[in-house]
Amino acid sequence: MTTPLLSLQGLTKAYPGVIANNNVSFDIGEGEVHALLGENGAGKSTLVKMIYGLVKPDSGQMLLRGQPFAPAEPRAARTDGVAMVFQHFSLFDALNVAENIALGMETPPPMRDLAAKIREVSEAYGLPLDPYRTVGDLSAGERQRVEIIRCLLQDPKLLIMDEPTSVLTPQEVEILFQTLQKLRAEGTSILYISHKLEEIRTLCDHATVLRLGENVGECTPADTTASEMAELMVGSSLKVPERAGKELGDVALDISGLSVPSPSAFGTALKNVHLSVRKGEVLGIGGVAGNGQDELLAVLSGETLTEADAVKLDGQPVGRLGPTQRRKLGLLSAPEERLGHAAAPDMSLTENAMLTGSVREGLETGGFLKWGEAEAFAEKIIKEFDVRTPGPDNAARSLSGGNLQKFVVGREVLQRPGVLVINQPTWGVDASAAASIRQAILDLAAGGAAVVCISQDLDELMEISDRFAALNEGRLSTPRDASGLTVEEIGLMMGGAHGMEVAHV
Amino acid sequence: MDISAINPVLLVASLMVAATPILLAAIGELVVERAGVLNLGVEGMMIIGAISGFAIAVETGSPLLGFIASAIGGAMLSLLFVFLTQVVLANQVASGLALTLFGLGLSALMGQRYVGVRPPQTAHLDIPFLSDMPVLGPILFSHDPILYLSIAIVASIWAVLKYTRAGLILRAVGENHDAAHALGYKVVRIRIMAIMFGGACAGLGGAYISLVRVPQWTEGMTAGVGWIALALVVFASWKPWRVLLGAYLFGGVTVVQLNLQAAGVAIPVEYLAMSPYLITIIVLVILSKDKSSAPASLGRIFHASH
Repeated sequence: MTTPLLSLQGLTKAYPGVIANNNVSFDIGEGEVHALLGENGAGKSTLVKMIYGLVKPDSGQMLLRGQPFAPAEPRAARTDGVAMVFQHFSLFDALNVAENIALGMETPPPMRDLAAKIREVSEAYGLPLDPYRTVGDLSAGERQRVEIIRCLLQDPKLLIMDEPTSVLTPQEVEILFQTLQKLRAEGTSILYISHKLEEIRTLCDHATVLRLGENVGECTPADTTASEMAELMVGSSLKVPERAGKELGDVALDISGLSVPSPSAFGTALKNVHLSVRKGEVLGIGGVAGNGQDELLAVLSGETLTEADAVKLDGQPVGRLGPTQRRKLGLLSAPEERLGHAAAPDMSLTENAMLTGSVREGLETGGFLKWGEAEAFAEKIIKEFDVRTPGPDNAARSLSGGNLQKFVVGREVLQRPGVLVINQPTWGVDASAAASIRQAILDLAAGGAAVVCISQDLDELMEISDRFAALNEGRLSTPRDASGLTVEEIGLMMGGAHGMEVAHV
Repeated sequence: MDISAINPVLLVASLMVAATPILLAAIGELVVERAGVLNLGVEGMMIIGAISGFAIAVETGSPLLGFIASAIGGAMLSLLFVFLTQVVLANQVASGLALTLFGLGLSALMGQRYVGVRPPQTAHLDIPFLSDMPVLGPILFSHDPILYLSIAIVASIWAVLKYTRAGLILRAVGENHDAAHALGYKVVRIRIMAIMFGGACAGLGGAYISLVRVPQWTEGMTAGVGWIALALVVFASWKPWRVLLGAYLFGGVTVVQLNLQAAGVAIPVEYLAMSPYLITIIVLVILSKDKSSAPASLGRIFHASH
């Protein structure tokens, strides 16, 4: 066998209290797209930081084309032909595209030559870019192009991509994949990090799976099913959420003829929204981001006040009531943005439990807080929802995305809501955590609560909803039974057909 | 009242002198803030520069050595700020305020022996033909070398920030220190150099007051010039030439209002005294209406948590 491009041998890196990588070894061949799979916190990011010279391994060694390779800093890694596209873009908003690219190069040519080169390379790879635009004005997909072009201009032998598709629309993902395939054809190796299994199956030649910092197996993605890879990742078989057959009760939440002007210059106005949810029912609301999801959640949670009659809870008008009063009546909500909206990042889990739980869990009397009971409540959430954290005194910010999401969802579910409104319940959450959150939502509905679940993940909505509706430019389509809906029908609901039949030829 | 007693040529020449301390302090702070650090200790570094420059100039008899000492003094004091904010990661606002208070106190201690002493005079440019020209001579060709240096610093800072890789890296660090770190730039090292440059410029500005503008030493003689310089950087939208414009505008209105006071204009002195602040702020607020904004990492603490 020929020498692999990069060979990792027994890499170990420990941080205080946690071993991020334990004796990890694998090879990346020339011109190979190699997937690095693993759940959140499995040690993928630490591993690539070692290859890119941002972190030094405690032990173990790397060989690049048979030569020892130990980059002291990213600069050295770049010189040796290793380039990286970061998960959270490492771009400078106030600078223009060319300046951003120059910053990532060792010896950039003069600006005018660089601009010409950016045009040339970006068009050659089907990723057109204007070198003089300010990066702050670009979309997520275009920003990623900037990073990719920055890497390509250095003629890398190995391109590392850390979760590149998490911010892209499906069309943008397709363009990205075409580019990557072109690169592979030219002999560039790619280390592709993701937990999206279908992507890896379409794109990658070989996969290494990490779990808790250890290499737990390798496979050829094309010959392996997604569920087999998921099992390798999680370490146990994935439970598909089960829905119990159930009977629906009375209407719990009713909205009729609701119109709300946009709260900000970049928001969406809600236009004549009707919906009703019965006890024991899950209503799924789909749609492309930015079509009124956040505004709808704000109206339901009480952050945006409306006409009293526009929102009714168990027949009572609640449109003029704020979030705390609605909580008292049993209408709970969990917004999308974990850090900053659903949880206060720098406060402890106990304090965060207190923030929404004080009313229904009786955590305060006469303005005085009962910290002991709040801590008990936080511990209960941690235990029942398997939140991985040293304890309730830790700041919300210190939890990984998936764990914090479990905490935020658990906090609302355990308050026994009559109606739960939840936006993007599994956004950025790995497969096993997502499955347990979905199961919790289904269990809640089986217990007689009404659930409104807003999500952009259509598979998720099909898995848990009884009825489905879509938001499009602030209008909500008429809800339909979820079972038996076809992808085309859903597409039409999202695309703004508003019930009009498209002519079939 | 006799406004005709005001000589416009001398007015322009003296406004340049009045503006130079602010200009020096502000251009230094501009570099610091472009690197993402907010150092509110400008006033403290200026007064330390004023006394170190004054003391060395008196002891050696050389104003030049005095100015060099003032830059070193300002940079030394800024090292305290470096230690607080870049090493032990203290809050920048609190550290900057502490630096000002500390500098004012320390300078008073250092300057006890120098009250009432006259410093050696700083030589002025005297080019035979050019300096004798009627209007241009006094305005352009008969100042002291530090005044020309201050303009040269503004021009070179502008050029460095706009055209060089070093300037690009400095701006990148101020814009997004996490991204700069991820690309392998030494955020802390770059910031330390920027802070020390800012300290040296503030020290020069202080010495310009004690050696040229006032020439004497009194406690607290910078009298808020450091704060004006800080405000100037913000209102100038972190752009070098606008800092120059703002400083000269401020210096100009200051000199005009002093002349008006001397000429006995029938406007209460308090209004005249506040006019430089008002006019400078109004003009720069109007100028800064375009979309230029602060460096995004300004005042945020950087910690390489890897």
